[in-house]
Amino acid sequence: MTDNIITSLADTSFYKIQRRIALKNCGVIDPENIDEYLAMDGYMALHKVLTEMTPDDVIQVMLDSGLRGRGGAGFPTGLKWKFAKGYDAPQKYVCCNADEGDPGAFMDRSVLEGDPHVVLEAMAIAGYAIGSSQGYIYVRAEYPVAVKRLNIALQQAREYGLFGKNIYGTGFDFDIDIRLGAGAFVCGEETALMTSIEGNRGEPRPRPPFPAEKGLFQSPSILNNVETWANIPQIILNGADWFSSVGTEKSKGTKVFALGGKIRHTGLVEIPMGTPLSTVIDEIGGGVPNGKKFKAAQTGGPSGGCIPASHINVQMDYEHLAEIGSIMGSGGLIVMDEDNCMVDIAKFFLTFTCDESCGKCTPCRIGTKRMLEILDRITSGKGTMEDIDKLEDLAYYIKDNALCGLGQTAPNPVLSTIRFFRDEYEAHINDRHCPAAVCKELFHYVVDPDKCIGCTQCLRNCPPFAITKTDYIAEGHKLPSVKIDNDKCIKCGACIEKCKFDAISKQ
Amino acid sequence: METKKIAFLGTAEQEAELLAAIDDMRNLPGALMPVMQKAQEIYGYLPIEVQEIISDAMDVPIEKIYGIATFYAQFNLEPKGKHQISVCLGTACYVKGSQLIFDEISKQLGIGEGGCTDDRNFSLSSCRCVGACGLAPVMLVDDDVYSQMTPGRVEEVLAKYA
Amino acid sequence: MKSMQELAAIREAMKAEITLAGKPGAKRVVVGMATCGIAAGATPVLNAFVDGVKEAGIGDKVSVKQTGCVGICQYEPVAEVYDGTERTTYVKMDAEKAKRVVEEHLIGGKVVTEYTIGATEV
Repeated sequence: MTDNIITSLADTSFYKIQRRIALKNCGVIDPENIDEYLAMDGYMALHKVLTEMTPDDVIQVMLDSGLRGRGGAGFPTGLKWKFAKGYDAPQKYVCCNADEGDPGAFMDRSVLEGDPHVVLEAMAIAGYAIGSSQGYIYVRAEYPVAVKRLNIALQQAREYGLFGKNIYGTGFDFDIDIRLGAGAFVCGEETALMTSIEGNRGEPRPRPPFPAEKGLFQSPSILNNVETWANIPQIILNGADWFSSVGTEKSKGTKVFALGGKIRHTGLVEIPMGTPLSTVIDEIGGGVPNGKKFKAAQTGGPSGGCIPASHINVQMDYEHLAEIGSIMGSGGLIVMDEDNCMVDIAKFFLTFTCDESCGKCTPCRIGTKRMLEILDRITSGKGTMEDIDKLEDLAYYIKDNALCGLGQTAPNPVLSTIRFFRDEYEAHINDRHCPAAVCKELFHYVVDPDKCIGCTQCLRNCPPFAITKTDYIAEGHKLPSVKIDNDKCIKCGACIEKCKFDAISKQ
Repeated sequence: METKKIAFLGTAEQEAELLAAIDDMRNLPGALMPVMQKAQEIYGYLPIEVQEIISDAMDVPIEKIYGIATFYAQFNLEPKGKHQISVCLGTACYVKGSQLIFDEISKQLGIGEGGCTDDRNFSLSSCRCVGACGLAPVMLVDDDVYSQMTPGRVEEVLAKYA
Repeated sequence: MKSMQELAAIREAMKAEITLAGKPGAKRVVVGMATCGIAAGATPVLNAFVDGVKEAGIGDKVSVKQTGCVGICQYEPVAEVYDGTERTTYVKMDAEKAKRVVEEHLIGGKVVTEYTIGATEV
């Protein structure tokens, strides 16, 4: 420390409040060197379960720890394993969901790239617990670095005898195949993911039967998400009580969030469950930049909702987020300020889910499309007040009737923005005005002739030549100001970007 | 989107490589996807001609292969340009204006999502989050990342690859 | 295939290298080489550290390693120097800055304050 300048990340407010469990080794060890993972007690949890615990002991520890799925739905991990163990079959499968698809979420990528062995070790532990010798990691092809490091890690673990046949000389066999996803969001849903590994179109299957009974290749299977796996070796080594001492009554441990959007410090943050949103935004994230006002935080991506400023003290755990119509989701946390239009955000997410709907069930395939059409009407100034009611009716219908999690949660962004930002929907409809000046047809650019010094930077950079000189020269200026022809303007924003004098604004 | 058919230019070497790969993977459970991914790696895309090779070699109906090829975003039925442009439309980039970047590129090259320029120099696509949200808005040309993009910088970036 | 004894030996040796325990004067440099770091230009930074340490002939005292994402996106490329119990976080690095850190910090023992996280506004 020199001259009171913080020279270490460990001393920053961004880092100090965090509690690193899943990300313990990320940014610390060399992910391509198994020796470094071993130095951080790597593969000791696997040794412990194989030499000191029965499969039932392992499952009991998982149940006692209270660990719940970090992929979004929050199903208790131990329970999943217990069900799968209960079915007899010649082969069972352990699967890892590394098809991280929520826009804005990248915690799984970080774990895979920074600490690939933790996932391998945890999957082997699960294999022992449920009685499986074969695992599959389904990872996005868009993550080439993660795929490369997983392959290196697997190779090294096999060479050391920590993977493959007769691990630690205990007679336990376990190995993993890596399969690449091919860019279908729906494959993050467990049955769709399994259908995809089988070599088919990744369409979800009706449940029951649940994967614990008939999953991958019609055999008992479990699927956990990367971040869930990353917690497991430490739970085994430190005990269920250690883990369950972190977090809230029903949400144990930590959660990693990918903090992004209109926030000073973007990045990956791991915090104890139950930490207030305001702590994440103001203390860890350093607040909203450029003097703008916080408007909302979006969690859970296309399946989640928006948390308005009035709920900024909400505790970030499964129960409290659900209470206000959002979800924990996989951990995307996007901050929005006054320049973001909430109707537009709802439309953005719905465009995403509509695009990614696999088409198998009608409520999702047709329903999201109809909802999107209504949102299109509203954002182009052609909406009516009945449209809001129609949106809500459709939303609840889709939630109740869609086949899988994608469809059942797709209406959430719309419902949550109607709930908290109804006034913005009404402004788009009644006033034909977009308060945040985002929806192109519902705002225009205006030049303040007294601030404009006539430099014509905007005029020269205007793609459709919508800007012309006027005769007006403001006091103290030498050149005439400019004006914008709204019929020609394409609202690209190039003028506002070029103006150094704050003379152009959106209205 | 361009719909004109671009001639298939596959070679005998490419076909031999694919057939060898199929022989290697044939017994893998759920082999079809990895085979198709390998085929796309070899040819750069999956035209009907390549799907037919896979269908014959693996004894899988062509309609199943076509069904998979059209289901996943990663499989291309059209060839890709020499330089592949992708604009991130993930949330962080989107709220920072990446749609405007996409529109500007589309206008300058005269192609839409998934399109390829006539000279096969550029193809354009939007992509989901590339995990560089702190650098938003982001566009990629091949492996080069352009961060904090503005519509005004599009021309300058494209010129580097002309 | 490693025996339990071999694994234990690797574990102990590597633990000492990472924590620098019982290694007075030793330093460890890690460069964030996740996708985000690589995209921001971490590869030349890593190379500059590797080459710089080699040229200075201090390879027996200083280890240079790649690592994953430490979580501070907009400060990438990030390099951290561990020196005893002291941790220094250098941000927005490039090859030139890395050379200076090699000279002044790794060889000279003096933190290059102006490149550290606290001195850098984003």
